[in-house]
Amino acid sequence: MIRYLATRLLRAALTIALVVTFAFIVLRLSGDPATIILGPEAPPEAIEAFRHNWGLDRPVLVQYFDYFRAILRGDLGISMRDGRSAIELVGERIPATLALTIPALLLQLAIGIPAGVYAALHQGKGFDRAVMVTAVFGFAIPSFVLALALVLVFSVNLGWLPSGGRDSWMHAILPIITLGLGGAAALARFTRSAMLEVLGRPFIRTASAKGLPWAAVVRGHALPNAAIPTVTLVGFLVGSLIAGAVVVESVFSWPGVGRLLVVAVSNRDLAVVQCLLLLVAASMVTSNLIVDFLYGVLDPRLRHGARAGA
Amino acid sequence: MAGPLIKIEGLRVAFDGAPAVRGVDFAIHRGEALGIVGESGSGKSVTWLAALRLLPEKAVVEGRVSLDDENLLEVPVERMEHLRGGRVAMIFQDPASALNPVLTIRRQLGEALALHRGLSGRSIDAEAKRLLDLVGIPDAAGRLKSYPHEMSGGQNQRVMIAMALAGNPDLLIADEPTTALDVTIQAQILDLLQLVRRETNMALVLISHDLGVVAENCDRVAVMYAGRVIEEAPARDLFDAPRHPYACGLIDALPTLDAPRRLVAIPGVVPDPRRMPQGCAFSPRCAHAAPACLGGVPELRRLEPGRRIACARAGELDLQPAAVVPPVEIARPEVTA
Amino acid sequence: MTAPLLSLDNVTRTYMSRKGLFGTPVGVQAVAGVSLEVRAGETLGIVGESGSGKSTMGRMALGLEAPDTGRVALGGALMPALGTADWRALRKRAQMVFQDPLGALDRRVPVARQIAEPLEIHGIGSPTEREDRVRQALELTGLSEDHGRRFPHELSGGQRQRVVIARALITDPELLVCDEPVSALDVSIQAQVVNLLIDLQAERGLGMIFISHDLRVVRQISQRVAVMYLGHIVEEGTAEEVLRDPQHPYTQALVSAAPTPGAQRRQRVILTGEPPNPAARPTGCAFHPRCPVAQDRCRWETPALSQIGPGRSAACHLITDTPSAGMAAE
Repeated sequence: MIRYLATRLLRAALTIALVVTFAFIVLRLSGDPATIILGPEAPPEAIEAFRHNWGLDRPVLVQYFDYFRAILRGDLGISMRDGRSAIELVGERIPATLALTIPALLLQLAIGIPAGVYAALHQGKGFDRAVMVTAVFGFAIPSFVLALALVLVFSVNLGWLPSGGRDSWMHAILPIITLGLGGAAALARFTRSAMLEVLGRPFIRTASAKGLPWAAVVRGHALPNAAIPTVTLVGFLVGSLIAGAVVVESVFSWPGVGRLLVVAVSNRDLAVVQCLLLLVAASMVTSNLIVDFLYGVLDPRLRHGARAGA
Repeated sequence: MAGPLIKIEGLRVAFDGAPAVRGVDFAIHRGEALGIVGESGSGKSVTWLAALRLLPEKAVVEGRVSLDDENLLEVPVERMEHLRGGRVAMIFQDPASALNPVLTIRRQLGEALALHRGLSGRSIDAEAKRLLDLVGIPDAAGRLKSYPHEMSGGQNQRVMIAMALAGNPDLLIADEPTTALDVTIQAQILDLLQLVRRETNMALVLISHDLGVVAENCDRVAVMYAGRVIEEAPARDLFDAPRHPYACGLIDALPTLDAPRRLVAIPGVVPDPRRMPQGCAFSPRCAHAAPACLGGVPELRRLEPGRRIACARAGELDLQPAAVVPPVEIARPEVTA
Repeated sequence: MTAPLLSLDNVTRTYMSRKGLFGTPVGVQAVAGVSLEVRAGETLGIVGESGSGKSTMGRMALGLEAPDTGRVALGGALMPALGTADWRALRKRAQMVFQDPLGALDRRVPVARQIAEPLEIHGIGSPTEREDRVRQALELTGLSEDHGRRFPHELSGGQRQRVVIARALITDPELLVCDEPVSALDVSIQAQVVNLLIDLQAERGLGMIFISHDLRVVRQISQRVAVMYLGHIVEEGTAEEVLRDPQHPYTQALVSAAPTPGAQRRQRVILTGEPPNPAARPTGCAFHPRCPVAQDRCRWETPALSQIGPGRSAACHLITDTPSAGMAAE
């Protein structure tokens, strides 16, 4: 188990290092920040001074190692726009984003898993079909369309909920629903098929043949097995929540990191973009680590290293 | 003890309108070992899964399964759960997949002990260890903490048997218990089943496609074909002098360790349950088919004590095992069931 | 004495496997120094349980896997290196039939086209000639042209195995390796396929290796038998002699474990212990932990396969030292 986790940790660190490198390369390739920030008509001396100030006139490799060393020290640079530290800028937006993503994730788990399990247990019945149809729609509708539809119904027509801003908890309701619904649908579908697969396995029949009541068979034998593949999807959902936040925060004018990213990209604010990329990568890697850890907890075959690394 | 322990009468099972079992009768007495042989699709496993109500909901089951004076097909679900694993236990073909991969042996064995013996905590451990000892698993105490993937196929099947014994059942149904195992391990498991039977006086139903396995381990053997019993006889009699052409064909088709002889293959394939042939289901493959065979599904009739045959020509045929006879072509109207 | 069609000379094969990502790789010896010969027109049965190395032997005989040491020769010529043009050309002289015909066939292609595939791969014949040969192959294996137009899932298990055999025979191979070809089939169908293989082999003078765990089928189809245990041959001889009067204690146990109707409750040798694990090979004679007659020296000394009679050999200290010991163990 320890070796298994150590392997995963090492991989996580490697992933982050690759993302950092990737961000560095892409941002250097996307054009000279000096000309973008100062404008094409800026005098050459100003551009030269800017490049010197930001260290852009040194050899690329030196820049890369400096950049890497700075990250290791926790220094992610300062915003080229307003001179504040990138970490500070990003950090003050994080709570707003968490206020959307965490409830959205809980919403996905609370709806997706029970609906999927229930549908699998009543395969082919009315509820199952309803879940499947809803899930197809929920999964297929792009989040900005869903967001606009929700605003149209609940804000414009019914006037029950505000359409944007972050003034009260009421403001969070529509963004959370928009953010969570697609994932809930995907989770319901996936949980359903994982359950159906497990319910068809021979050990379910063994458990029934033992005389266990059906509810105990489902709880004690089917769910622990179906949880293994489902955990993977939950890990993936965490990643897609971060991506979804960019769209949802823009539509609902929610002052989170997603909106900051849109603004920073259009402003070519390199340090902020880099910092955000790192944050996204770190949260994805962390959620993957948690998934791997849960795998080890749920599946004894992995714990004993029999299939680790496979 | 006059009456049989379990009695199946007129059992029929259909999946989506396709018949899998088409009227089966069995009676098993206490301590008896009944072998059931048949090829895939003969309904040999489905019969017993239906009797224990272990089939999926879409299966339509008719008939009567009496355990003492209760009809298993009609008792309330709670009662059925009490009887399953309590009075009738069942083990399956592939022990590796028949055990839950994410639960320890202790948990899976303990479940049965808690359900049927009302044990808990320490007493579960003690009894689980005793059962693992009984089925010949070395280091029983240590093995309780193991998971199925840490043990060999033979050991997993021993665990399955221990689990089946947990409720002190009167009847054990073993569905191809050795098919997935190596020859020498197969011999171990069959030997264990015999040992357990001697010690507990438990009745055994041994379902197998292998006539040899059944012949060596059972008192009585029933041969199934296309959802019906076509011959039932004491094991020795059946293999010495089969009376049904299909039973005879199975024996002729089986290679032996003695001098090789030309195997007599049964021509054709098992009928599609949705398109059962008219009359006797075996008649299209039968070397002895006659117009009489098309006149309805032959009843399973008692020809002599302890021997039942379902063949329209049972009285007149003198079957010679290992005889090479080509199938007879008879005019046959196409019938769709 | 004609030269053998196939000869394996002291071949070994070791697989590397490791536990976990950082586990140290461990060599697992699947075949540990085996020599075998197959003549044209002869069927050699290889019997053994899981882990005996019998399937690895089959793949090496076909050249699908190269031995780590030792030599494999087909028709007197050394097996060319894996993946070379010579090796590909050789594929048409040696073919294989697997246990699971459904897995060996492509479910999206009508079976006649799959039967023709080896001809296309080796560029044999014109399209019409290929069609003719497919028709002949179908007929030879008892299938109709209508069967040829079907997809694998539209055929029964026995018919699918016939398709696989037809495909293996279409290039007129000299050697056919069958790995558990009838294990997945019902008894009545198994007999059809066994008879087919016997007839084809006799008609075409094929050399055949028939790998199976089922002694009864091996007895039916083979002239000679090699019994394998943990990568070694422990006994070899004519099928008649080895299976009627087995000498090695392992063969004796196998023979006594084979269930036979009519011989109810024979006195049988039931081996204790687990099936052999190639990753944890015992010292000395690999069979000694399960052997009912093992002696001290069996624990330390590996017995060599030595001749114990005309065309008959065994690897057991008790037999080679005192020729009567094997009999006494019965």
